Amino acid sequence: MSLSELRVAIIVFPGSNCDRDMMVAVEKLAGRRPALVWHKETSLDPVDLAIIPGGFSYGDYLRCGALAARSPIMEAVLDHAARGGAVMGICNGFQVLLEAGLLPGVLVENAGLRYVCRNTCIEVVGGTESPFTAGLVPGQKLIIPLAHNEGNYFATDDDLQRLEDSGQIAFRYVDSNIHGPSNPNGAARDIAGIISANGRVMGMMPHPERALSTELGSADGATMLTASLEALVS
Amino acid sequence: MSQIKGAPHQNPAMNFENAASMGLSQEEWDLILKRLGRTPNLCELGIFSAMWSEHCSYKSSKRWLKTLPTDGPQVIEGPGENAGAVDIGDGLAAVFKIESHNHPSFIEPYQGAATGVGGILRDVFTMGARPVALLNALRFGAPDHDKTRHLLSGVVSGIGGYGNCIGIPTIGGEVNFDASYNGNILVNAMAIGLANSDRIFRSAATGPGNPVIYVGAKTGRDGIHGATMASAEFSDETESKRPTVQVGDPFTGKLLMEACLELMASDSVLSIQDMGAAGLTSSSVEMASKGGLGMEMDLDLVPAREDGMSAYELMLSESQERMLMVLKPDATDTARQIFEKWDLDFMPIGKVTETGRLVLLKDGDIACDIPLAPLVDDAPEYDRPQAELAKRPVLASADVSDDKPVCVILKSLLGSVDLASRRWIYEQYDSQVMADTIATPGGDAGLVRVHGSRRGLAASTDCTPRYVEADPHTGGAQAVAEAWRNLSAIGARGLAITNNLNFGNPERPEILAQMAQSVLGMGDAARAFDTPVVSGNVSLYNETDGSAILPCPVIGMIGTIEDIETAVGMAPAAAGLSLIVIGQTDEADDGWLGVSLYARNLAGAPEAAPPPVDLEAERRNGLFVQQQIASGAITAAHDISDGGLAVAIAEMCIAGRIGAQIALPSGGNLHGWAFGEDQARYVVAAADPQALLTAAKAAGVPAAAIGSTLDGGELQFGDEGAISVVDLSDQVEATIPELMQGG
Repeated sequence: MSLSELRVAIIVFPGSNCDRDMMVAVEKLAGRRPALVWHKETSLDPVDLAIIPGGFSYGDYLRCGALAARSPIMEAVLDHAARGGAVMGICNGFQVLLEAGLLPGVLVENAGLRYVCRNTCIEVVGGTESPFTAGLVPGQKLIIPLAHNEGNYFATDDDLQRLEDSGQIAFRYVDSNIHGPSNPNGAARDIAGIISANGRVMGMMPHPERALSTELGSADGATMLTASLEALVS
Repeated sequence: MSQIKGAPHQNPAMNFENAASMGLSQEEWDLILKRLGRTPNLCELGIFSAMWSEHCSYKSSKRWLKTLPTDGPQVIEGPGENAGAVDIGDGLAAVFKIESHNHPSFIEPYQGAATGVGGILRDVFTMGARPVALLNALRFGAPDHDKTRHLLSGVVSGIGGYGNCIGIPTIGGEVNFDASYNGNILVNAMAIGLANSDRIFRSAATGPGNPVIYVGAKTGRDGIHGATMASAEFSDETESKRPTVQVGDPFTGKLLMEACLELMASDSVLSIQDMGAAGLTSSSVEMASKGGLGMEMDLDLVPAREDGMSAYELMLSESQERMLMVLKPDATDTARQIFEKWDLDFMPIGKVTETGRLVLLKDGDIACDIPLAPLVDDAPEYDRPQAELAKRPVLASADVSDDKPVCVILKSLLGSVDLASRRWIYEQYDSQVMADTIATPGGDAGLVRVHGSRRGLAASTDCTPRYVEADPHTGGAQAVAEAWRNLSAIGARGLAITNNLNFGNPERPEILAQMAQSVLGMGDAARAFDTPVVSGNVSLYNETDGSAILPCPVIGMIGTIEDIETAVGMAPAAAGLSLIVIGQTDEADDGWLGVSLYARNLAGAPEAAPPPVDLEAERRNGLFVQQQIASGAITAAHDISDGGLAVAIAEMCIAGRIGAQIALPSGGNLHGWAFGEDQARYVVAAADPQALLTAAKAAGVPAAAIGSTLDGGELQFGDEGAISVVDLSDQVEATIPELMQGG
């Protein structure tokens, strides 16, 4: 299979606002426009990757991601994941994956109690075999922007230790010359993104689709996304 | 809807006291009686008072607004529609406007600011444009005033709360502080959208018999008569006006935006108008009157959030996220399906008529039957008296300067709230959603890529109120010049303007003079730069208990850059680059310290004239900087404004985390040289200084090499000593976080 044959679907909830950005990114990097799937759909055509984009699904009412996780389309996404299908959630998409039970832990309000939008430096951790880290090198640093109010990853100490021991921490915030604390939201163990035990589901707070070229401030998002897409092809 | 006949009920009948309580004068009340030939009822009087409010009628400012240039080859839509539109090439139009939400934001900062953003976004997407950028201009009271932290915190989270959720990047803005805003803050929000230039939607109703459709959120009892409140002075009673503040819902705003843009792509919409100030009243009146037609609506059909709302309440509510549209008669089903997909209300509530009247039905009765012409054409227009303002003296730099080292003063100025980093503020705004942001807040101007192209759309908001107060004509011109400079400094050429005139009570001659003279100055500058004013907003009566704000005519300028790759920021990329001042020679002079930040913060703010604005020099120097950025000769640039040359250089060093060695002038006043706020100047970095100086000479642009960037992280001013750039950076970054954390 070539990169342009990769079937990618982006789930669109009312209030999603990074769906177009992710569509543009995947089309640019894979050479094929992904399908946008409306949340009221109840089935998902066979895909190689389902992406839950960032935004404010359902206005973040009740709890970030809580209502979206119960949208009609999510049954199909859960089935896809249960079959070992790949799922990626960015920002609000990460929150949806936690609310849907596809990944452990929760995202609570930033430690600074304010929305934060800026670049961050994240380091590839990995360990578990996963298409989302396979093409990256452990220790590799990526400059990727983030923008959120609830990105403070929290889990029990046992869960955190389990994630650590089983190599399920995908990305960690690390020091760089970017202004401000390296961990922008108080996330436990500086966690920026995690992977499921089988490596097929990944959620992260930073937005790789916003870092596609140096003009946009960084091309490291393209590096990260391309690595994932290529790993899913091979 | 059945054909309506008969006269409207007169219950309750209104009198002048009722009119006065809605802000109407005796003359205006008499005019209503004359035009109607009878006494209006409550609903009708409410409609008159809203349409004739300062906010909707521009009755005190119209005479002066008419003097502004509004035409040009680039102009597609000038003032009068929901927003202005200009051609940016490639078949695209930039649609943009700025609007104030000052009074609501003081009463309820989060909701006031949020709905300000929501309202200006609706103005833009109503024209068929997808919003691509937001900016703002904010003024707060003294940093140590009781309410400042609460208001700043609430306004910033409100702006972010709406913009972040709806998913439009906030790419720029300005924030300043002055005690005159203690009781009356300013919150101006600007939105820019992109549309195909042949697919701009307008508001004039067409086709008698065509259906009038209400879409969006339901109508509730919030914001009733907000436009009238926004046209009155504040007093101690203001807190009791909290119920007149609207409540925003960015989630519904996002759905409404997507539904409207989807519907507009389907060729169903004939005309469309946002329900902003004065809600259903202004939208229906403006649509019908612009089309030279009439409108009938059955208010029982209006989707309402609560039971028992009267005709008056339904017509004057300012509930957010609502639109009124006239559809093609056969397009109703298509449109309904789109709004049902987005879970929004969609309700035909009336039709376009030929009568020239606004007729409203409620509970089977005629609640209103008034001719439209008087509401719009007879709206009062006042030529209010203006005071002769005394010319202020030119301040000699020697009279305010002392012999303190430049570095010491620099550190103190950079630590002031005026020059402190706004990072604490702008990091609360999503500046990168839509993945086209090239220049985020913190630089001279914001810049977004025109999606799918190499071209860039730049924007800046600017005003220096202390200059406007000292000399309104010069201050009005300076606001435009500074916006032009900010765009030039990233390599973009200014194209057009939106303005937001924030002043006190225009019935006071000295306030009227501030407004009139600054608008004249603004017009001169707009003509000089070929940047016509295509939209805007006026906010008067910004006073509390008789004390007016510093006048603040904000300019929002947009511009374009051919290739985003050529855009520059203010950070020099390396050591060894030459630093060159554009707009001044190396001959000694005393610099202009009058009304500068130096004079205000360190010398007791003596009354003085502000720096003069030479529009020809501004234009010439700006065009030169744009060209030299495009050719790659200039690799970093920063305009010189508040704090003067030394502050501009320090800000470049901080941005680039790099040191610099600066040569002092051979004569003149040292502090005037370092901190004077003479206009039309830039500091630029260049690898080949001689080539740039030669090009400047050929273009008739004054320029002088003053130093170079250095490794080592120190900023040195001749033999005046050196200062660590990291220390300066820490100072600049610390002020606002400390303010917001403090007791």
